[in-house]
Amino acid sequence: MQDFASSFFLAVSLILSGDPELWSIVLLSLKVSLTAVAIAAMIGMPIGAALGVGRFAGRRALIVLINALMGLPPVVVGLMVYLLLSNSGPLGVLQLLYTPTAMIIAQVILVTPIVAALTRQVVEDLDAEYAEQLRSMGVSRLASVPTLLWDGRTSLMTAVLAGFGRATAEVGAVIIVGGNINHVTRVMTTAIALETSKGNLALALALGAILMLIAISVNAAVGLLGVRSERVAHA
Amino acid sequence: MPDAALAHSLEPRIAPAEGSAGADTGSVLPVSAAGLVFTVNGKRLVDIDRLTLRAGGPTIIMGPNGAGKSLLLRLLHGLIEASEGTVLFNTQPMNARVRRRQAMVFQRPVVLRRSVQANIDYALAAAQGYRGPSRRGRLRELLEMGGLADMARQRARTLSGGEQQRLALVRAVAASPDLLFLDEPTSSLDPASTHRIEALIHRFADEGTKIVMVTHDLGQARRLAGEVVFMHRGKVTEQTPANVFFDAPSSPAARDFITGGLLV
Ligand SMILES: Nc1ncnc2c1ncn2[C@@H]1O[C@H](COP(=O)(O)OP(=O)(O)OP(=O)(O)O)[C@@H](O)[C@H]1O
Ligand SMILES: [Mg+2]
Repeated sequence: MQDFASSFFLAVSLILSGDPELWSIVLLSLKVSLTAVAIAAMIGMPIGAALGVGRFAGRRALIVLINALMGLPPVVVGLMVYLLLSNSGPLGVLQLLYTPTAMIIAQVILVTPIVAALTRQVVEDLDAEYAEQLRSMGVSRLASVPTLLWDGRTSLMTAVLAGFGRATAEVGAVIIVGGNINHVTRVMTTAIALETSKGNLALALALGAILMLIAISVNAAVGLLGVRSERVAHA
Repeated sequence: MPDAALAHSLEPRIAPAEGSAGADTGSVLPVSAAGLVFTVNGKRLVDIDRLTLRAGGPTIIMGPNGAGKSLLLRLLHGLIEASEGTVLFNTQPMNARVRRRQAMVFQRPVVLRRSVQANIDYALAAAQGYRGPSRRGRLRELLEMGGLADMARQRARTLSGGEQQRLALVRAVAASPDLLFLDEPTSSLDPASTHRIEALIHRFADEGTKIVMVTHDLGQARRLAGEVVFMHRGKVTEQTPANVFFDAPSSPAARDFITGGLLV
């Protein structure tokens, strides 16, 4: 117990004193996850929008597939990306294994289905409401997509935040493809796992506190956005 | 929110009219429907041999609930595909040019999740032809017209039902259409707003816009109608000049409707 108390106070002082090791880990985490989410949004939103307004063969199947991909286990994604990037893998020549880029790739794979699936839902619901009105105004199906995305932006933010939450919190994929190398690929989740097993509870606790704060903030932001759009919806 | 900057890049774009000799001229009237049928699950919800709507006073469509009035407007306006038959606008089928010359206000107005003025501005952008200062001027004019000037920046979805209907109307006339379909545009308006909208409709009609309007309000129909089209069970039972219709409707269904005795 004494051990816990001292670790706790050490953790607080690490955070407050701006410990360089701690903050370099936090910054790398944010850099990797924000980049991954930005890329996932650029891929996932167009896919989601196309599935939301498009009517083509195989659309249903694609929607089911993407919904299923939302539940991909991170370790499996990590393993797949590892096989792709390892020296003997198809992309081995790129020498990306154990770099932040490898972690970004893994997180993009984890986050894109979330963004695509939620975007599809948002765009489809809004389209059901808008379609006749836009058609009446002479707006083509294709041209209505930016309108739907813009007017659904609050809900789309929720999708992106949900993706960011998944990216920052997962450990299974980044530990496999990043390798948890100090100052290179060590992010919050992998550092917590390592430091805990090493018995360095202070650093683990400090990182845990920051990670929790990020997770709570993201959830609060999602909640607030939800309340805002709901209030308008029932007005 | 950087509304203005983004809004520009998000303006709706419309494909240019296919083929047609280019110029945005030539009336879209008369509107003529022939053999127009709309079937769902074998039920002929709309079944009209021939209907012609000519330039002139407003055409008021009346008939009991479920008669097919809203479906007819949707068919004429090209929002739903007819199962059989054709709709021609001065001999032309629906195309981008014909589409741009007409507008519709729905029975349940759809307002975009934007400010009141952004809703109107969206219609102006979609219609093209309005750029720069002329667009801003037109926007202000339309806000005044709908009595919405004080609410220009309010989110449209927070407007009351009647205010949304007024917004939908001025948004529909934003680009001065030649043909305006109105589906019960005053159904949730108070007497003052109703009066105001009727005055607007008179004004549009005087300026040469062909009004095709559904209403259940007999008084309103008397005040506005140039002619009345009566619908019953998907069919047009008569199309009669207004003065004749209210004195001596020719179809029994219409006679019963006016005296309040029509049972669907
Ligand atoms: N997509 C659809 N599928 C099945 N039935 C439909 C569909 N659309 C409309 N109907 C039916 O067609 C009939 C005509 O509908 P419509 O909305 O045109 O009536 P209306 O004359 O406008 O009535 P109201 O005065 O109540 O507005 C109704 O009985 C309605 O239930
Ligand atoms: Mg109706």
